[in-house]
Amino acid sequence: MKPAVEVRKLAYRYGRSPVLQDLSFAIGSGAFFIILGPNGSGKTTLMKILAGHLRPQRGNVFILGKNIRGYSRRQLACRMAYLPQLTRLDFPMSVRDLVLMGRSPHLGMLGLETEEDHRLAENAMRYTNVLPLADRRMDQLSGGEQQRVLIARAICQQPQIVLLDEPTAALDLAHQVAVMDLMERLKQEKNITVVMISHDVNLAAMYADRLLLLKDGGILGIGPPCEVLHHQRLEKAYGCPVLVTESPLGGYLRITPVPRRFRKQAPGAPPADP
Amino acid sequence: MSLGRPVIVRRMLLLSIPLLVVLLAAVYLGMSIGSTGVDLRAVARSLAGGLSDDPTLGTIIWQIRFPRALLAALIGATLSLGGLVFQAILRNPLAEPYILGISGGAAIGAISGILLGLSRFPGVSLTSFAGSMATLLVLMLIAGTRSMVQNNRLLLSGVMVNAFCGAVIMFLISITQDSRLHNIIFWMMGDLSLADMHQVTILGITVLPCFLFIFYLAHAMNVLLLGQEMAQSMGFDVRIIVSLLLVVTSLMVSATVSHCGLVGFVGLVIPHLFRLLLGADHRLLVPACLLGGGAYMVLCDILARTLPSHGEMPAGVVTALIGAPLFIYLLKRTER
Repeated sequence: MKPAVEVRKLAYRYGRSPVLQDLSFAIGSGAFFIILGPNGSGKTTLMKILAGHLRPQRGNVFILGKNIRGYSRRQLACRMAYLPQLTRLDFPMSVRDLVLMGRSPHLGMLGLETEEDHRLAENAMRYTNVLPLADRRMDQLSGGEQQRVLIARAICQQPQIVLLDEPTAALDLAHQVAVMDLMERLKQEKNITVVMISHDVNLAAMYADRLLLLKDGGILGIGPPCEVLHHQRLEKAYGCPVLVTESPLGGYLRITPVPRRFRKQAPGAPPADP
Repeated sequence: MSLGRPVIVRRMLLLSIPLLVVLLAAVYLGMSIGSTGVDLRAVARSLAGGLSDDPTLGTIIWQIRFPRALLAALIGATLSLGGLVFQAILRNPLAEPYILGISGGAAIGAISGILLGLSRFPGVSLTSFAGSMATLLVLMLIAGTRSMVQNNRLLLSGVMVNAFCGAVIMFLISITQDSRLHNIIFWMMGDLSLADMHQVTILGITVLPCFLFIFYLAHAMNVLLLGQEMAQSMGFDVRIIVSLLLVVTSLMVSATVSHCGLVGFVGLVIPHLFRLLLGADHRLLVPACLLGGGAYMVLCDILARTLPSHGEMPAGVVTALIGAPLFIYLLKRTER
């Protein structure tokens, strides 16, 4: 089976400072793939290249087996949805109208939606549990509700791949889990490939089938969470001692950053002041 | 892949037909009102071809009032649509060609053209377009492309550009000594009293294709509201769409300015009103602003003709008297 996304010898630089260097990896179809890494490791640049916003300067990106340079924006949009980091909307727009916009790449320039498109939008809203909010305005919703609306918009686009840039960043615990559960359902029920940037190592450990750990634009680790989330590797990536244990729920790892006052006792952690 | 009839088309028709009726009623009223008072029946009789008993009144209705009402409708439609487009592109509900100084730049170009002795068309129209494009460029350089979307910096730059344009216009006026002076001043404030069918035709030919083009991009403007990244991920090339919209809008606004001078705040009042009533879908807002803006301007011009007991005042005075307080109210509300 062809991988959903394949990256070969990808390199990118802003001016003279390299951001991504010689990256090669593949994301299998139907995977829940999470990209981890410290600030400035090149995660967002990588995602912008995958989304088609930035052109790869060196190397190639293949989406569903075809070089990304060979797609028009519209063709790409029919296959792949992208959720940038949460931004506020200045104009009052109803939830229904926003979700319906997900149909745009499938329609003509004027986006004349039919009854069928309205039905798809309603299904998408039902799926993310925002149908009761359909006639509310976006600027009246909480952050968690807005995020679920934007995900409904992405579902309504009927993509095979969904790219998300830190979808849980501004959410409380319950909404973080709700969004991650939703993406897991999307992957399981609709076989959509989910590619996500996250700063939350623990959520990543709980949900991802495969992780990519970036550091300075290169790959520090790639594979299933149990292989990637090794404490030495995480310490190298984030520059902070961590404790890696089995979660009490069982079946996945739990990462605890070690505060300074605990560093001497922590087993498996390096000495406090190296 | 889509089945059935587009839902939005029905809503567009349901909206456009009543507004068209309002516009036609306003034009009819504009044709009925004059210095001799209001005569609604005269226009009806004239339409039925029964005004042969009073050829002077027929001439006044068809040669003076009718082109004037049509010109006002075109101007109102253009300026309302211009405001709507700028608000969508800049994601700022306070943006408008007049407030951003685009109209001022067009006026400098137009006055320069008049002083150079160019013909109204195409000479003055071209210098006016050059003026508006130059201000647009300056505006974008000052505000920086990054802050295009965030907001008050652009608005402040616009106010400054507008003030500068005002100063240049005053300078140009102060070095003008002859009879052109009165014309320039009156024209600048938005004077429609010299309207004739020839002028209406030329302006119509210029702006109607712009209307169609902008309507074609109405859904793209909807998607632009979600921000550049999300719009691109839905298959729209944001840079090309925004550039096209800016150029086409500047073209039609400068064409209007070269014909009627500076009429301010129409592009603020009308889009805001319809956004309150209809929401954020530009496929409804574009036709609403065209028809509603046209009707609004015709009515403002009627006020400009009838309010003063002697002669008349420029229509731009009426629109500013209504629009400026509303602008302040909106600014207060957005500050919150």
